[in-house]
Amino acid sequence: MNRIRRALVAALAIGLAKPFAALAAWNKEAFGAKTPGDALKNLGVPSGAPSGELHIEAPQIAENGAVVPIEISSNIPGTTALIVLIEKNPFPLTARFDFKEGALPFVKVNVKMGETSDVRVIAEAGGKHFTASKEIKVTIGGCGG
Amino acid sequence: MAAGPMKMRATLGQGFTDVRVLMNHPMETGQRKDSDGKLVPMHFIQNLTVKVNGKLVVDAQISQAVSRNPVFSFRLKGGAKGDKIEVAWMDNKGESNSTEMALA
Amino acid sequence: MRAAFLAAAIVFTGAASAQDAGKEIQRYRDMVAEGSPAELFELEGETLWNKPQGPKNVSLERCDLGKGPGVLKGAYAALPRYFKDVDRVMDLETRLLHCMTVLQGRTLEDATKRVFGNADQPSEMESLSAYVAAQSRGMKMAPGVSHPKEKQSIELGRALYFHRVGAWDFSCATCHGDEGKRIRMQELPVLYKPQGARATAASWPAYRVSTSSFVTLQWRMNDCFRQMRTPEPNFGSETTVALIHFITATGAGATYNGPGNKR
Repeated sequence: MNRIRRALVAALAIGLAKPFAALAAWNKEAFGAKTPGDALKNLGVPSGAPSGELHIEAPQIAENGAVVPIEISSNIPGTTALIVLIEKNPFPLTARFDFKEGALPFVKVNVKMGETSDVRVIAEAGGKHFTASKEIKVTIGGCGG
Repeated sequence: MAAGPMKMRATLGQGFTDVRVLMNHPMETGQRKDSDGKLVPMHFIQNLTVKVNGKLVVDAQISQAVSRNPVFSFRLKGGAKGDKIEVAWMDNKGESNSTEMALA
Repeated sequence: MRAAFLAAAIVFTGAASAQDAGKEIQRYRDMVAEGSPAELFELEGETLWNKPQGPKNVSLERCDLGKGPGVLKGAYAALPRYFKDVDRVMDLETRLLHCMTVLQGRTLEDATKRVFGNADQPSEMESLSAYVAAQSRGMKMAPGVSHPKEKQSIELGRALYFHRVGAWDFSCATCHGDEGKRIRMQELPVLYKPQGARATAASWPAYRVSTSSFVTLQWRMNDCFRQMRTPEPNFGSETTVALIHFITATGAGATYNGPGNKR
């Protein structure tokens, strides 16, 4: 039975004195790539084998491309990363999530889609790569203007 | 709202803790024009981390294609009372913010 | 920017009939609601509620929204309503404005300088509305309907709803008058019938996805008049309050689940 635990939020705006200690440097080339192929090449990641254990939960139609909610979960054992690409976006690579011990390979995120497009996810598990994709129809593009 | 508010909520599931975090950020793509017709420069979160009791569990790189005022949900294995969860972000301008909570 | 308008395409593709499209759009709305930034505006509103402002340098904590000074729980669900101290019906935003001027000593000009915000910065009124409305979560919408002035206000709203005005001779009913109408992908609810009004009454104020901004009913009234090619009504005018009152009263009984989310 689920219990909702609401903890008080310490909504701190911490000004970090030291530079943000992210372990994964933001991959400028991959994020700047204009095709999914180039993005994956810059990430050093292959397209991956299709897998039914990689799930994309998302509406088939997005009323507005500015906010498209997608939920990704992987039942592939040993999944350590999830990569999200929106094929027809000007810069297809949207996110890369690396999961360490203590986190499940699961994420829900709101993304911008410029037009109807496939959303493709690649999972990294035990050195191998797997993929799944889903088409989302966008009624009004959400990249700007 | 300057380096705006963040709000986090944790829900205990079956053997995992669902963490939902909202953050205020314009996530400008650099393609939007303001009311004067000028392009608004790129300004978006690039790195996001989730730590439990100081240990890094999620390390994320994100692009300007994540929606304005991002809302993320993650799942942590287990979850015990008193566990400290911290979510932090840094953007392309070097600005950052974080929020932390203890599971009740 | 490439914008793909798919209304016709979605309705006619083999896989998606009009009903399927409706279901998938509802799924979209449900998922957006689950992961909505609306709470950030509630947080901002809470800060503003507690912030001393104006020449009297006091916060809004003693503002009486109808349930007593400072009582927020259920206050939004009971609005619009008659207020004895001003001998008129007020909605949430006109009442907030009243507290800003009377409690905080701010001038009308100062308090209404920027009532509608934008993506970069919500207005004070929008953030406060989010916060106050959130305190009525789970309650049934029950605006005042028994006081003579409340009855008058609702009847005025009803008359205005059907009254044709402006360059295009539009009334609210021109768009919101018949079942089954839509503008592009937006269904147009019939707001003078309870069934159509209930969902509307329970979904304001709201986070608007397409503009990344928080919008209120005063904004909605203003923007509808603008789209009807009439002069925009004054903020908190009798016209806007009467229309809001009419729609909310028609939709009374709907359960309020907190600030909504719109495309």
